Amino acid sequence: MTYTGLPASVEAIRRVREDPHRLGHRAHGPEEPVAGAGHGETGPARKRIIVGYGFWIYLLSDIVLFSCFFAAFAVLRGATAGGPTISQIVDIPRVAIETTALLLSSYTCMLSFAATNARSRLWTQIFLLITGFLGLVFVLLELQEFIELAARGITPQVSGMLTSFFGLVGLHGLHVTLGGLWLATMLAQVQVKGFRPEIVHRLICFNLFWHALDIVWIGIFTIVYLLGSLT
Amino acid sequence: MLGKLDLSAIPLSQPIPLITSFVVILIAVAVLILITAKGWWPYLWHEWITSVDHKRIGVMYCLLGVVMLIRGFADAIMMRTHQALAIDAPGYLPPEHYDQVFTAHGTIMILFGAMPLVLGFMNFLVPLQLGVRDVAFPTFNSVGFWLTASGALLVNVSLFVGEFARTGWLPYPPLSETTYTPGVGVDYYLWAVQISGVGTLITGINIVTTVLKMRCPGMSFLRMPVFCWTALASCMLIVATFPILSATLAMLTLDRYLGWHYFTNTAGGNPMMFVNLVWAWGHPEVYILVLPAFGIFSEIFSTFSGKPLFGYRSMVAATLFICIVSMMVWLHHFFTMGAGPAVNTFFGISSSIIAVGTGVKIYNWIFTMYGGRVRFEVPMLWSMGFIFTFIIGGLTGVLLAIPPADFVTHNSMFLVAHFHNVIIGGVVFGIFAGLEFWFPKAFGFRLHEGWGKVAFWFAFIGFWVTFTPLYVLGLLGMTRRLQHINIEAWRPWLYISVIGVGILILGVISQVMQLVVSIRDRETLRDVTGDPWDGRSLEWATPSPPPFFNFAVMPNVEGEEAYWGIKLRAVETQQLSPEPKYEPIHMPVNSPVGFFTAFFTTVFGFAMVWYIWWLASVALVAAFVGFVVFAWRDIHEFEVPIEQVASVDRARRAAREALLEKLTRQEVLP
Amino acid sequence: MGRLQIPKGSLCRALRGALPCGLSSVGLASCSGGVLDPLGPVGAENATILIDSAVIMLAIVVPTILLAFWVAWRYRASNPRGEYLPYWSYSGRVEAVVWSIPTLTVMFLGGLIWIGSYELDPFRPLPSKVRPLEVQVVSLDWKWLFIYPQQGIATINQLVVPAATPVHFSITSASVFNAFFVPRLGSMIYAMPGMVSQLHLQADDPGQLLGISAQFSGDGFSDMQFQVKSVPAADFGAWVASVRGTGPVLDRAAYAELLQQAQRVPPSTYGGIDPQLFLAVANQQIAPGPGPQPGGPHHAGREVSTSGKD
Repeated sequence: MTYTGLPASVEAIRRVREDPHRLGHRAHGPEEPVAGAGHGETGPARKRIIVGYGFWIYLLSDIVLFSCFFAAFAVLRGATAGGPTISQIVDIPRVAIETTALLLSSYTCMLSFAATNARSRLWTQIFLLITGFLGLVFVLLELQEFIELAARGITPQVSGMLTSFFGLVGLHGLHVTLGGLWLATMLAQVQVKGFRPEIVHRLICFNLFWHALDIVWIGIFTIVYLLGSLT
Repeated sequence: MLGKLDLSAIPLSQPIPLITSFVVILIAVAVLILITAKGWWPYLWHEWITSVDHKRIGVMYCLLGVVMLIRGFADAIMMRTHQALAIDAPGYLPPEHYDQVFTAHGTIMILFGAMPLVLGFMNFLVPLQLGVRDVAFPTFNSVGFWLTASGALLVNVSLFVGEFARTGWLPYPPLSETTYTPGVGVDYYLWAVQISGVGTLITGINIVTTVLKMRCPGMSFLRMPVFCWTALASCMLIVATFPILSATLAMLTLDRYLGWHYFTNTAGGNPMMFVNLVWAWGHPEVYILVLPAFGIFSEIFSTFSGKPLFGYRSMVAATLFICIVSMMVWLHHFFTMGAGPAVNTFFGISSSIIAVGTGVKIYNWIFTMYGGRVRFEVPMLWSMGFIFTFIIGGLTGVLLAIPPADFVTHNSMFLVAHFHNVIIGGVVFGIFAGLEFWFPKAFGFRLHEGWGKVAFWFAFIGFWVTFTPLYVLGLLGMTRRLQHINIEAWRPWLYISVIGVGILILGVISQVMQLVVSIRDRETLRDVTGDPWDGRSLEWATPSPPPFFNFAVMPNVEGEEAYWGIKLRAVETQQLSPEPKYEPIHMPVNSPVGFFTAFFTTVFGFAMVWYIWWLASVALVAAFVGFVVFAWRDIHEFEVPIEQVASVDRARRAAREALLEKLTRQEVLP
Repeated sequence: MGRLQIPKGSLCRALRGALPCGLSSVGLASCSGGVLDPLGPVGAENATILIDSAVIMLAIVVPTILLAFWVAWRYRASNPRGEYLPYWSYSGRVEAVVWSIPTLTVMFLGGLIWIGSYELDPFRPLPSKVRPLEVQVVSLDWKWLFIYPQQGIATINQLVVPAATPVHFSITSASVFNAFFVPRLGSMIYAMPGMVSQLHLQADDPGQLLGISAQFSGDGFSDMQFQVKSVPAADFGAWVASVRGTGPVLDRAAYAELLQQAQRVPPSTYGGIDPQLFLAVANQQIAPGPGPQPGGPHHAGREVSTSGKD
């Protein structure tokens, strides 16, 4: 490292700026406006960037939605009203399988997009199918969990805690189910229409959605199930 | 088969909703017959209902907002007159009806009056000011609008079929739980607001993406007009807080429909959680409304002073400052819950800090006028009225932000006067100023100035005569939402307030007259130049009304106040910039998907309110099928041929030549 | 941190003198029984803070409004004397002043908020040599129940307190939210189901006051008023003696009747109480009020709500 006489922070910024591999800024640093990036110098961004960007913003709003249900769970966690506590209802082995299925589905989802980038319709479809299958496994396991709890008389109507538990987990399950519907539609679209730009854009959004659900699930798995099983 | 719905849902025994329903249905039928007789359906369908043009959608948003403002104002007239007649007397509205009236008033004014108008302005203006041809997601824009309209429709259906909520515009549990309010009123509220909330979220995402990713060449962030900044801040708040509303309403819905226990006062439910969550949305919502109004005033002060906005960067900083701080103040709506002095201190101070941002803005507007050539046309009158009204409203707002002072004014008529002071003085005055200012841009002719001035003075004086007595009543200890009153000392103030309402009615009549007279005289009021106010931002570079593609050639911005720079150069060089090389333009095709989705969500909402499960399922499936069909379409865009682009733009350039001559002759420019 | 002691009536006089003439009518009117006409130390401090901060802000706000109108008038387009500065849009000095005026004001008010919030915390006991009177308050649909645990009596919609004695209210709700508020005594606080709010108030002199609910609670809300009688300490003892032992006893059965919704409930008293009742209500050992009953006498309004066939 050569000494340039600059304060350390300025030096650090200078090095980051000069790093051609720095994250997120490779294509369009401040000195090198690139057409279609939407950075003010060069006019509107390309459709692909706009679609992805908009979907990111939607995902942020969806995270806020989940945060409210997380907050409700945090507030109502102790409100068992004489009913079972959270540690009495979590079933870690089953949730471990659910989690594995969902994490694997994220991986296959990513593989499907790699196939999309290679414009391989066959492999895109195969990996999307596996993703959908793993999602289905997840949803069915969750449904089984809910049904078993209900058979033990453990329903959301019993207490504030159970309400918030079923609300949070159920909201995620609903998202996965809707994601599955979307996935089925995409399978059909890819088959019929092939890799047109708008289909690829939708695949990008679907990928983002599916990964976001994974991240939310990790939060649920940790906060509801793992921490729940400890108490 | 029909769930809870039967004939008893029609208010046969209550004359007011019955007659209103009858008249409204009559008017609706008359309009439908007129449209059919004149053969306007194809035009309406192709040019408006299925339109994905941001300007058309903006205009429809504003139309919806204006209609709902009138509905909400009718509720307000009923409340003020009823209270004046209910002093030691029963008045003319029984409690179960009066409670619906004030609930409907609040819900409609905020969510279906002010919100559509504000969103309408953003839709109409943001792409024009950014020099682009549309928003980021034109079809979703249409979906967003129609969902908002669907919510508004549900609220109004509740007038004819069933009842509306009787809980206040934010349905605090446990009152809003089925135990205490078993009727369909709260369900109407929940589905109407939920559906329109989704529409608002879609529009919010759309505008954020548009501002951040779709600007014409050279339009860097610090060259954007302030309105775009405020629209961005407002829509970021929408994205950050409307999901909170959705979540909160969903939880209350689960409580009501399935007997869950989020907010019940039994089985461990927590009603205070609702209050916290709903205000975590509710307070930013106020800024979602008022920030774009600040943007409108900024444009007007600058234009009518003939000067750039003073302290532009300061304004941007203050806007973002308010945007962030507004999410940290929600607890000031319930200091009296007893959260303890430390919590109250934090939220009291954070609430007052917002006044720094607004204070800076006020001073910057004043210094914008300093050294200007201030023209007191109608938009400027509203703006001056705003400065006066909003400063007072801010003062009483800071008073309410001081916990010990709030302990005696919370929920009082003082509070009612305060929030009308900021919402009418800020948002509504801003909307009227903006309508006056951009009406010629949208429709090609100005509004009649005389009637505009009359309307302003009636509204301004009427506002103060109506709401000053409410401040006094609050200090006298009168709380809000009283159906009848037995304190003699309050009588004179309630009467004065009714006089104020009378003046406000004259104001509304004047505005209607202004519109009627302006349409009649539209040829003399025609704006041929596209730049009627000597404007400074890019929307004035287009003809009035702008062509559907906005700009024949995307402008290349070289400084702040993009259009002012173009105009100045034209005057200096005594010629327009050379004719550009025209290219074909690709525009999105119209789509009925927004209308269909909203149709089915309306059916879905109605079916859910009345427990008609089969119909709700059918509607949901239909909405999904509609989306898949839409997703299957092959043609997304159509091409506007060069000849059409060129002919439109040549006409515009001819008008600009005339404007250039006029500007040179008048020596308006420095 | 001394308490502000304000003699009765001086506030009104000060107000008439202090406020600009436009607002003096407001001040005059407010002297007839509102929050600016306090009868106790808490209300007096509430009112003082309200007026002080209003005056502080008016000192900024009035010049600002005048400046706005002066600038607008001075630089009107038809006035040739106003110099046109078409590009004057930035001045560091003006910006500094513009940011600092509201900042300083808010910092000043922030201090007021901080001190005031602690000073007037409703949970904080009032400094007094007199032992406070305990009153337990339950808001019901649509009436107020006041229980005097030390005296063993209870009242409906009627609150009698000895003058110049601090009163400690423990407040809960048996159904929906309400707010307990006696405007002339000062600070209000919510009555909430399943929890107990604390409030300390004091009436300095005897008098008849109005008490209200300040949080909408349903169709019978407008009549959720209660009479507050501040009486000399000796009279209070006599009143307690007259109530105790006479009339019905507030036991669980009597309370179950109170839980039913009723509007325009006249004031009444109970000669005896179940001492555990308040705790049982606050802990929700007794189920909250049942809400409207189909076909009940107080079930106002259209029946669309409950005639559901589901």
